[in-house]
Amino acid sequence: MSKEIFDVAIIGAGVVGSAIARKLSSYNLKVALLEKECDVSFGVSKANSGIIHGGFHHGSEYLKSKLEVQGNRMFDRLEQELHFPFRRCGIMVAAFSVEEMKTVEQLYMNGVNNKAVGIEMCNRSRMLSLEPKLNDDVVGGLYAPAGGIIEPYRFVFSLVESALKNGVKLFTEFKVTSAEHNSNGYGIVSEDGKKIESRWVVNASGLFADEVSGIFNAEEFKITPRKGEEFLLDRNSAARTEHVIFPVPDHVSKGILVIPTVEGTTMLGPTAIPQDSKEDVSTTAINLKMVFSSARRMVPSISGRDIITSFTGLRPVLESGDFYIDVSAKQPNLIQVAGIQSPGLTAVPAIAEYVKDLLKKDGLVLTEKSSYDPTIDKLPRMRTISPVEADELIKSDPAFGEIVCRCESVSEAEIVAAVKNGHTTLDGIKFYTRAQMGRCQGGFCTDRIIKIIQRETGLSYEDITKRGKASWILEDKIGDLEVNSYGNME
Amino acid sequence: MKKEMICISCPMGCRITAEWENDNDIKVTGNKCPRGIVYGREEILSPRRVVTATIDINSSSLGRIPVMTTGTVPKGIIDSLLNRIYKMHLETPIARDDIIMKNIDDTGIDLIATRTVTT
Amino acid sequence: MKEIKVDTLVIGGGSAGMAAALEIAERGFSVTIAERENSMGGILNQCIHNGFGLHHFKEELSGPAYAEKFIDMVDSSKIKVFLDMTVMDIEQTTDDLTAYGLSRDNGMVKFSIKTVVFANGCRERNRGSIGTPGTRPSGIFTAGLAQRLVNMEGFIPGKECVVVGSGDIGLIMARRMTWIGSKVKAVIEIQPYPAGLTRNIVQCLNDFDIPLYLSHVVGEIHGRDRVESIDVIPLENGVEQKDKSFNIKCDSLLLAVGLVPDNELAQKIGITINPETNGPVVNRQLMTGQNGIFACGNVLHVHDLVDFVTEESERCGRYVADYLDNKKPADQYKTTPGKNVKYLVPNYYSPKEDNKFYLRTMIVKNRAELVVKVNGKEITRKKLNHIQPSEMISFSIPGGKVENISELHNNILEVQIV
Ligand SMILES: Cc1cc2nc3c(=O)[nH]c(=O)nc-3n(C[C@H](O)[C@H](O)[C@H](O)COP(=O)(O)OP(=O)(O)OC[C@H]3O[C@@H](n4cnc5c(N)ncnc54)[C@H](O)[C@@H]3O)c2cc1C
Ligand SMILES: Cc1cc2nc3c(=O)[nH]c(=O)nc-3n(C[C@H](O)[C@H](O)[C@H](O)COP(=O)(O)OP(=O)(O)OC[C@H]3O[C@@H](n4cnc5c(N)ncnc54)[C@H](O)[C@@H]3O)c2cc1C
Ligand code: SF4
Repeated sequence: MSKEIFDVAIIGAGVVGSAIARKLSSYNLKVALLEKECDVSFGVSKANSGIIHGGFHHGSEYLKSKLEVQGNRMFDRLEQELHFPFRRCGIMVAAFSVEEMKTVEQLYMNGVNNKAVGIEMCNRSRMLSLEPKLNDDVVGGLYAPAGGIIEPYRFVFSLVESALKNGVKLFTEFKVTSAEHNSNGYGIVSEDGKKIESRWVVNASGLFADEVSGIFNAEEFKITPRKGEEFLLDRNSAARTEHVIFPVPDHVSKGILVIPTVEGTTMLGPTAIPQDSKEDVSTTAINLKMVFSSARRMVPSISGRDIITSFTGLRPVLESGDFYIDVSAKQPNLIQVAGIQSPGLTAVPAIAEYVKDLLKKDGLVLTEKSSYDPTIDKLPRMRTISPVEADELIKSDPAFGEIVCRCESVSEAEIVAAVKNGHTTLDGIKFYTRAQMGRCQGGFCTDRIIKIIQRETGLSYEDITKRGKASWILEDKIGDLEVNSYGNME
Repeated sequence: MKKEMICISCPMGCRITAEWENDNDIKVTGNKCPRGIVYGREEILSPRRVVTATIDINSSSLGRIPVMTTGTVPKGIIDSLLNRIYKMHLETPIARDDIIMKNIDDTGIDLIATRTVTT
Repeated sequence: MKEIKVDTLVIGGGSAGMAAALEIAERGFSVTIAERENSMGGILNQCIHNGFGLHHFKEELSGPAYAEKFIDMVDSSKIKVFLDMTVMDIEQTTDDLTAYGLSRDNGMVKFSIKTVVFANGCRERNRGSIGTPGTRPSGIFTAGLAQRLVNMEGFIPGKECVVVGSGDIGLIMARRMTWIGSKVKAVIEIQPYPAGLTRNIVQCLNDFDIPLYLSHVVGEIHGRDRVESIDVIPLENGVEQKDKSFNIKCDSLLLAVGLVPDNELAQKIGITINPETNGPVVNRQLMTGQNGIFACGNVLHVHDLVDFVTEESERCGRYVADYLDNKKPADQYKTTPGKNVKYLVPNYYSPKEDNKFYLRTMIVKNRAELVVKVNGKEITRKKLNHIQPSEMISFSIPGGKVENISELHNNILEVQIV
């Protein structure tokens, strides 16, 4: 296919690969971003809690702690450049016993050692005045004001949009299945026989980083998926808190949280259960009950009536429990970025810097690109603007006047923008615009969105999918099937 | 021949049985009122249904126009009727109650449009 | 920004909105309907089956035909209609009521109004609402979405489907799918009795030998990309019998698991919602807790018959006109659902005026009785032939019938089903 030789090929367009791609796009380099799915952010990065962590959960001996605190600080600037939904709402850890307060003290010390900004210990009344919806039984806790929340897939989309604007080439439906070392570096081949050449390779393939490492005959390690189920509550839920609320963690996970998502819904989760399959993202009834009862212990007003949907994410976990980001010791010109579990999202701006430095150390010459533009256009959202602004917008583009998704107030213009940015599946459009994400979950708008995709892309209805591959939506039209409804009438 | 069924003439929904007594008489049992007898006889002699469907139309506002039979038609012809309806194509304008198919299979029943589509 | 002054803004041009607007216009007030679709009629436009209008028009119409009769009346009235317009927001201060409607042709329009009628219908409960576990493939449709895709666009959502829910919508979709050539493998119902009308069980399932699994639930959905099969679990005394679960192969799942009034706008301005109906709490005049804001049709409580929607909404229109006429309503007291009653609308009644009620029962019974009591004393009693939760019940109490109003009591009107 592409005859040019890339300087760096990044495998995996999750948040990690995308952030690295954008970072490298500020230098005079030819960068390819390879993704096996039909759109970016369809892996771990689409299904997580969206928290920008406060830097207190792990000790300073971990690489992930250092990158978490560094990454956290970089989000204000990123938000200004990339306009993804982000809010520093603050994080609280609620303790319900004297024993739990001991763990909180330890978290506080972690935070201080990691140089987390503004972290404080709170007594009961401070906890309740900061967050009146907390259970009265709270005895005290921790407050990390620098913690926040983002819309994770929007973050990835913005990173990719910025990277593409600065010359990165994106190859979707490019599942790397084999590679060979040659004089130019690597020849990388996809499952369906496409091939590109690149001098350096970055393995940022999330759950599959162990398999991709195998493809390159590099280090052997094992990624164990750890399943996390999350449940979303309606915008109108009375249980929506101001801050992200954590329980006191146990040794396995951070526990079940109450998360006021940046877009106004409330999320409960995630569970933490190791499993073998990297594909199984099913949800289970038992965990639903468990999540609700755990969350209700912290915020009693949480009600099962408000649930609008649930989803599952799989954390790519290494045995060490830490990130593994390094130059491969076994193969030349290969950077491993593996085991990026939580706080991967938070750390990612710092991961990108770190990988850039590794590449430089490994011999890649970096010169800054004079034409580099870190900003992308801000797409107006009908949901968040005033009536007067809305009126002006419609004058410039009447498609803003057509509300397609009524639960989330998404206009046709926003859907068209999603399609123009390459998001042509129902899920892609959902993550880009939030259409189908509200309380009706697409009941009102799916048919309209299908029509817009058809009109904008010329695709036939049979070719429109939920998320690529065999996830077709509609196959036949009336008249295609022979009706034989009453069987043979006697 | 014996047939068990639910009478749908009223919300009581009696479970009734209709069967041929000799060659020309039908006996209905299980009914709580006389309407059940009428229903049982009809269901065994000639079960009939109203059919509703849609037909392809060249409209800018609507993909298909809804149609309905003006009365019940024998169950036995419904599949073939539907297959014929689905092969049809109509041009605008069409008004509600316009006859789309007259005297379907000599039943005396017509197929009519149930919506007006002008453009 | 365009500004429009009008006595009443009706949100939604379905059967409820049209009926209310017609009555208000009839009394000489200026009315505007804002409808987000490109034609009026609401949900009726996709209900192409017959079974509408037996009460109101004394003939059996399809949904679109029923709607069109009202559309014709609206077209020949003085009512101003904005199609393709979504009402985005309402603001209420002590003296002013303002609404914002958005459309392609008119931009954002600011309505300065004296009254609002919520007639914006309901939405469907979905997989999230019922918490069905399993994978998240394509091929899961709510029944209403499937109905729109089939009846308005001509698509077939799947060749082999399972319908969840045996209410009338589920049953009617089972027949529709069969009549377009798909195979309906089963209908799954959590309750021990079918939720829909017997007529629909017979004509939509029995006619085609479609199995109806009562007291069963969908255990898990399988399929990575597209639905491949589902697990079905029987219930015994309400408890899941996992060891007796079985699998049905299918490529699509139609969820007909109930409707919920769409009250986002009402909730935004702080209108109190009745948790039993999910619609606003309303007084005898169908006015919400906030002055000048009324509600009728499916946004108030979910109706199964459009004829009842029309009746309720015409009445609502007359109440709005009374309000605009500054007619002071008589004293009102609360109503409350008693034994075996799920909900009762409205939430207030007036002993001096005629009162009309709609309610839903919680039990299935042949030959039941409805008993109305005030301050413990029986006011009236009505025989009901057959009742079930899915069929709405209505009754009236004429003005003057309640004679035992006393300052010593709370005068709450209680309705029981026995
Ligand atoms: C339930 C849950 C909650 C979480 N909550 C938080 C949180 O609140 N805060 C936080 O900071 N972090 C959180 N995380 C962690 C965070 O989501 C991850 O660290 C981050 O998304 C990992 O990004 P990634 O790019 O490495 O992985 P991915 O997003 O999975 O990206 C890898 C990409 O590589 C592609 N790929 C794989 N193999 C190949 C191949 N052979 N060829 C081509 N492409 C390939 C995949 O399709 C995928 O798109 C959470 C994680 C989970 C599961
Ligand atoms: C699938 C189905 C089958 C049925 N079958 C039968 C039957 O066989 N017989 C029978 O008698 N009854 C039947 N019914 C019941 C009956 O038809 C409905 O209850 C009735 O039509 C509801 O009328 P409505 O006006 O309250 O709501 P809708 O018809 O839903 O109207 C609401 C309108 O408001 C509009 N709207 C919503 N939000 C906004 C906004 N923000 N701004 C502007 N406009 C807005 C919507 O577009 C819609 O047009 C059925 C109902 C359903 C759902
Ligand atoms: S037999 Fe009579 S009572 Fe029984 S269902 Fe039929 S009409 Fe009703």
